[in-house]
Amino acid sequence: MTSEPRHFRRMTTIWVIVSLAVDVLFWTLVGPHMAPGRLTSTAAADQTDINVLMVIALPVLLAVWVFMGYSIRTWSSKRNGPDPIGGEAAAGNKKAVTAWIVTTTVIVLFLAGFGTVALIEDHGSGGGEGPNPIWAPAGATAAETAALTKSDSWSPSKVLVVQVIAQQWKFTYRYPQFGGFETTQLMLPADTSIAFNVTSLDVIHSFWAYQLGVKADANPQENNVAFTDTKNPGSFTVRCSELCGLWHGAMYDFGKVVSGSDFQTWATNTEAANAKNTKYLAPFAWTYVPDANGAAGGYYIDANVTPYSKSELYGAKQ
Amino acid sequence: MTITADRPETDEGSSSSEAPPASGGGQQAGVRPRWMGQHIGTALICAAIGYAIGHWFGNWLSSDYIYIANSGSNSVADFLALAFGVVGWLAGIGALNYPAAKLAGKEAKPQETVDHWSKYVRFSMDHKVVGLQYIVGVLLFLFTGGLLAMAIRTELLNPTTHVFGPGTYIEIVSEHGTIMMMMASSLVVGPLGNYFVPLMIGARRTAFPRIEAFSFWVFMAGYGVIVSALPYGGFPTGWTGYAPLQTQAGVGMISYLFGFAVIGVGMMAAGFNILVTIIHYRAPGMTWSRIPIFVWSILSTAALLTLATPVLFAAGMYGVLDKTVQTAFYVSEHGGSSYLWQNLFWFFGHPEVYIMALPGFGIVGELMPVFTRKPLFAYKVSAAGMIGVALLSFFVWQHHLFQSGIDPDMRPLFMLTTELISIPTGFLFLVGMGTLYKAKIRFEVPMLFVMAVFFNFLIGGLTGVFLSDVPVDVTVHGGFFVLSHFHYTIMGGLVFAFMAGVYYWMPKMSGKMMNKKLGLAHFWTMFIFFNLTFFPMFIIGLLGQPRRVFTYAKNLQGLNDFSSISAFLLGLSFLLFLFNLLYSLWINPVKASSNPWDSLGLEWQTASPIPPHNFDRIPVIMSDPYHYSEEGAPPLADFGENQRVTASSTASAGAPASANEQ
Repeated sequence: MTSEPRHFRRMTTIWVIVSLAVDVLFWTLVGPHMAPGRLTSTAAADQTDINVLMVIALPVLLAVWVFMGYSIRTWSSKRNGPDPIGGEAAAGNKKAVTAWIVTTTVIVLFLAGFGTVALIEDHGSGGGEGPNPIWAPAGATAAETAALTKSDSWSPSKVLVVQVIAQQWKFTYRYPQFGGFETTQLMLPADTSIAFNVTSLDVIHSFWAYQLGVKADANPQENNVAFTDTKNPGSFTVRCSELCGLWHGAMYDFGKVVSGSDFQTWATNTEAANAKNTKYLAPFAWTYVPDANGAAGGYYIDANVTPYSKSELYGAKQ
Repeated sequence: MTITADRPETDEGSSSSEAPPASGGGQQAGVRPRWMGQHIGTALICAAIGYAIGHWFGNWLSSDYIYIANSGSNSVADFLALAFGVVGWLAGIGALNYPAAKLAGKEAKPQETVDHWSKYVRFSMDHKVVGLQYIVGVLLFLFTGGLLAMAIRTELLNPTTHVFGPGTYIEIVSEHGTIMMMMASSLVVGPLGNYFVPLMIGARRTAFPRIEAFSFWVFMAGYGVIVSALPYGGFPTGWTGYAPLQTQAGVGMISYLFGFAVIGVGMMAAGFNILVTIIHYRAPGMTWSRIPIFVWSILSTAALLTLATPVLFAAGMYGVLDKTVQTAFYVSEHGGSSYLWQNLFWFFGHPEVYIMALPGFGIVGELMPVFTRKPLFAYKVSAAGMIGVALLSFFVWQHHLFQSGIDPDMRPLFMLTTELISIPTGFLFLVGMGTLYKAKIRFEVPMLFVMAVFFNFLIGGLTGVFLSDVPVDVTVHGGFFVLSHFHYTIMGGLVFAFMAGVYYWMPKMSGKMMNKKLGLAHFWTMFIFFNLTFFPMFIIGLLGQPRRVFTYAKNLQGLNDFSSISAFLLGLSFLLFLFNLLYSLWINPVKASSNPWDSLGLEWQTASPIPPHNFDRIPVIMSDPYHYSEEGAPPLADFGENQRVTASSTASAGAPASANEQ
């Protein structure tokens, strides 16, 4: 075989051309429509992240596919090519191995660095950070503290504190800066930093505001804080994304981002309309103890109206 | 090296099946009907008796307690029934004879050996019998889980018209996930690992044949326990079993928790046995740089089984205690923590992911040289990659908890470790591509499955990098994207590799070739419909559909229907596989030559059918089994009597049974 073609070079050429084409097509045609859209800064950053990862992943995918496709076509036993060569030369190639390890390591370290920067820059990227967030946007911690001590009200440009209370099988929302009223409607002002405080009354749920780029598990007796900055008005879907029992599939609702002044009007009106209900609610807190006889039932089933019975009753023989 | 010549469990050569060996003790030696002795029938009877006793005992113990009386069902009795049922099952099959006798200070009766088909339904200590038993076992799991998958896809045909109620649907989803996870943990290690590892390392048996047989029968007890969830009303938590939903759930939850504990015992036993076998039972000359790559993969898997599964066992039993005697491991109001379950579960769960991936890599690496006629490329890198994956897999579990609200400080670290694990995983592709380069590829059915593993696992692996990135994970966590991702790795990787292994090794296991035409039809339908089923799910997930929902946004119906219809066809493809098994083994068997693929592997060099003791003489290993296409290659092994197997001697030996030889 004197005219053995330079296989590796051919593959590389094919790969470079195909990868460039696919990446450009992806970035221009698919990228702008990639989940989760650009309704908030978080969503926009998450979308960019997905697109960057895709632009890196597609050439990797294509490298293997081009190699495999080329091999299947060229080195099939049906084509009666030259017999393969065994021995040391075929059992390893230091250069190829080193190049592979170095390339994959560089890509991986870059991705980890990129992801970390994105995570920190974007205040936790809309993911739940638990009760003590470490990547809070400016003013968020102060607003949270003030909200809890009821010494605060909201005005445009301030951080809005929203509490998300999940229970089987619905979400309700409390607005501590507006007297702590509770509602089933999730309204948010545009161009505002939002601090979601997610908790649950029974089992674990997950508050997934898809178009906001926010996802935080709702744990009983835990406050899970997630941040986002809204931009333009728009609407979004909220779904529970952690299996929470029978009607998990039906646990969804819709929210709206409206202009700052519209929001303030809505919030003030709702606060007034709900005032007589609000005074019967548990005082605003980050977490609530579930009632043993509530919808979910208590852990110790004792048919008592108080949340918990005296401990000596448990397991006592009658 | 202690290769023992005395094999107390395999002396059937001395006695015909008409006159079984005297069982010793007071037992009368004489003709005994075959239905006597201990077998699956006695196991079932003893399990039923154990169940009844356990239930009665539980009621006697606890029915007067207020919390039991008020809860409407006696969870203590339900648990003890299952536990006693499992013990009864093990006693009935004979797994407890030896330890019970030893504990009583007596000498155990020698194990009865049966040279008859009924050995497949008995407590057999021949690793080849256990391997075949495991094949039937995993297929039972696989087809049960598969039927449930068909039910899931039926429900998802329409977002508003429902076939099942939401409760039934959640039960189906949970059972499907759990059964499939249990199946996948043993899919390769159980059947192919037990069968071929001793043959590949030149051993006559595994290190602990009793533990090996025990692992299989415990595995089957696990099947009984997890299926018992259905009459108990199922469990609503999915295969992840998160507390407090776990705490809130009904009695079926106990089947899940105890089922995982039982399966866990089997996994630990199987892993421990095979780990010791590989370390201690290698033939002379079978050095660490000569063991087949499949053995490396089983070694790393067995290490994970042994080290990670105890956590699952403990987590499951804590859950059982919470649900029966009102401890509060996972109940935050009472000093427990729901995060504890998540941490324990995933601390096991992520190594588990690699328990379900590494054996697939091993099969791929083992088969490639045979069908490319080239040495395995970068053998040492490949072995190092598997060990690297196994080690790193213990340091990534919190990526399942990125949005859970645990301390966010650790997130960059777990993002890094998770992405790092893609480096050793990527060695699979380096090895595969290097081996394909300038090869002479024979596209037999096993090789097609191997190529499909590369195709599928690449998609599965790359989407895993998306999931490891915290910002991206905010969108894709808990949705159909992750669902599709792990089906691509577990089904697209492991199940396809298992199929490759079955088609490849069946001639050695059964002496019969799998039918090639049916095999091709099976491969192409499975490959195409697998991808058509699961690829749309990436898009469905990106468009916002969470997992385990019975209803979804109307605009996603087209994609869901496409996926469902493909899934039904994928189900038919599995029936084709089942038919091929029946056809090739019983309906129209074609005798296989002793080495139909011209493999250099040690397992192909012993007689066909394999004698009970595997090798007449323990071979002395002289090189690794990948010296394909090499002039003057060193001989593979010395079998005594001047029989040496070399690369050139196998290439010309025997008449290849497959049509497509060079």
